[in-house]
Amino acid sequence: MAMSASGARRAGAAVVGWLRTRGGAIAIFALLFLVWEAAVHLTGVKEYLLPPPSKVWTEFWRKHDAIAGAAWVTTQEILAGYALAVVVSIPLALAVAYSRFMEQAVYPVIVFLQIIPKIAIAPLFIIWFGFGFAPKLLLVFLLSFFPIVVSSIAGFKSADKDVMDFARTTGASAWTMFRKIRLPQALPHIFTGLKVGAALAATAAVVAEFVASDRGLGYLLLQYNGQLDTPMVFATIVVLSLIGLVVYYAVEIVERLAIPWHVSQQATAKDATL
Amino acid sequence: MTSLRIASSRAASEAAAVDGAAARPYVDLAGVTKVYRRAGREDTRALDRVDLAIRDGEFLAIVGPSGCGKSTLLRLVAGLHLASTGEVRVDGRIVDRPQTNLGIVFQSPVLLDWRTALSNVLVQVELRGLDPRAYKERALRLLAQVGLADFTDRYPHELSGGMRQRVAIARALIHDAPLLLMDEPFGALDALTREQIRLDLEALWLATRKTVLFITHSIDEAVLLADRVVVMSPRPGRIERILDIHLPRPRGLDARRSPEFTQATEAITEIFLARGVLHGTATPIGKE
Repeated sequence: MAMSASGARRAGAAVVGWLRTRGGAIAIFALLFLVWEAAVHLTGVKEYLLPPPSKVWTEFWRKHDAIAGAAWVTTQEILAGYALAVVVSIPLALAVAYSRFMEQAVYPVIVFLQIIPKIAIAPLFIIWFGFGFAPKLLLVFLLSFFPIVVSSIAGFKSADKDVMDFARTTGASAWTMFRKIRLPQALPHIFTGLKVGAALAATAAVVAEFVASDRGLGYLLLQYNGQLDTPMVFATIVVLSLIGLVVYYAVEIVERLAIPWHVSQQATAKDATL
Repeated sequence: MTSLRIASSRAASEAAAVDGAAARPYVDLAGVTKVYRRAGREDTRALDRVDLAIRDGEFLAIVGPSGCGKSTLLRLVAGLHLASTGEVRVDGRIVDRPQTNLGIVFQSPVLLDWRTALSNVLVQVELRGLDPRAYKERALRLLAQVGLADFTDRYPHELSGGMRQRVAIARALIHDAPLLLMDEPFGALDALTREQIRLDLEALWLATRKTVLFITHSIDEAVLLADRVVVMSPRPGRIERILDIHLPRPRGLDARRSPEFTQATEAITEIFLARGVLHGTATPIGKE
């Protein structure tokens, strides 16, 4: 009895704590929607210019089958392209960090290619790979790839000189040093790149669908736009944002599990500045 | 006068060598020169013809200004750098690769952020391919000895600078190597922490009697800790003089008030004044 009471108190404290940190943002969002709704009704703005949130919601609910199908297509493009970027960029970063040749030959090329506005390449992909899944996957890959590879290289090269000198006095093998020192030390940098890459993945998928597609949320968005179905344009944008948010937070949860020491270190640093 | 003191010190160590094998130096540098070559720049002569013998079980401090090559000397003994000319020997064997039969402490504690204090001590044995479970008891005891009994499960970011350096010291001792190399280990600590950790280090050393090579730029610290203080001058790094310190141990907080302490620190200060490392008034100010 006493235990459940204290458990309830703890759960209550957790909710209060969560509300105290997030409550402000939630309140601002709620207020924004209220003002939006009220403003539309009071000013009598045409629905095709600015629909009220309530209309966005009812329209979304009516046509959610179409959106769900398109969302699944876009999600697949995001996940496949992002996975490909992770699988290619981290081993490449390792090679650049550990091989002098790769560093001198490949790294400058990566830095140069990074400057190209990748989205401008999308039409080329259509010419080369047609209208199917491949050009979307490649554009997602391309946009996610660079932040991951660049920060991973920085991570693998970040090992402190004195730490490595200490490790050398233990006679540890290169593999042991990598496993126990270099890799864990690189992980915070790698996750920074992974999060930036995740945030870009959704953008890349939509742009690729804009350029040429008959499926997906980007395609749907253009359709609704052409029909001046503005409530559905809003609904599609919200769904796109949610997909991006879920991908981003999925990476962040993996980060929390993989390097809890780093996350808590940041939390302490933040506390210290407050 | 300087050369006379070196000569007398040399004679003393030679006399000790006659006593038998036990007096063989544990670390021996003979005619060691280290030149760093960098493309497009002038060569840097970090050490110039250094002869130095560290006795088994001796606490030897090297004091000198920045750029006198004292850290280079420590890295040569560890085999992290190799001598350009001359010979470095540890326990009779020529140093031609990183040495593993030693513990090392740097100015920054260089702990691994993802490991607790205990785990950071045990990484020493893990990297050596030994079973950390077999060393856990010893690691806990060492952490208690350096005053961290209640902090063994804390992460580095939860520890103060002094505590982190204490973990680094425990890590350097866990595998019970006969040689301890310390490169300005207290350089980043505040004065009070420094004083306390110095007392604790002496206690640890008295209990283990390892051979210690201790690099510092603090004259006081060198005199308070060492059996012998090597005074170095900068560019190129040379040994100016070696002083025997006869203060009784343990050297508590009172040691600073003894005439021997004053004599030794003044003697070292005068060398630095004569060499232009310190300048200004005739009274030896600015020792620390």
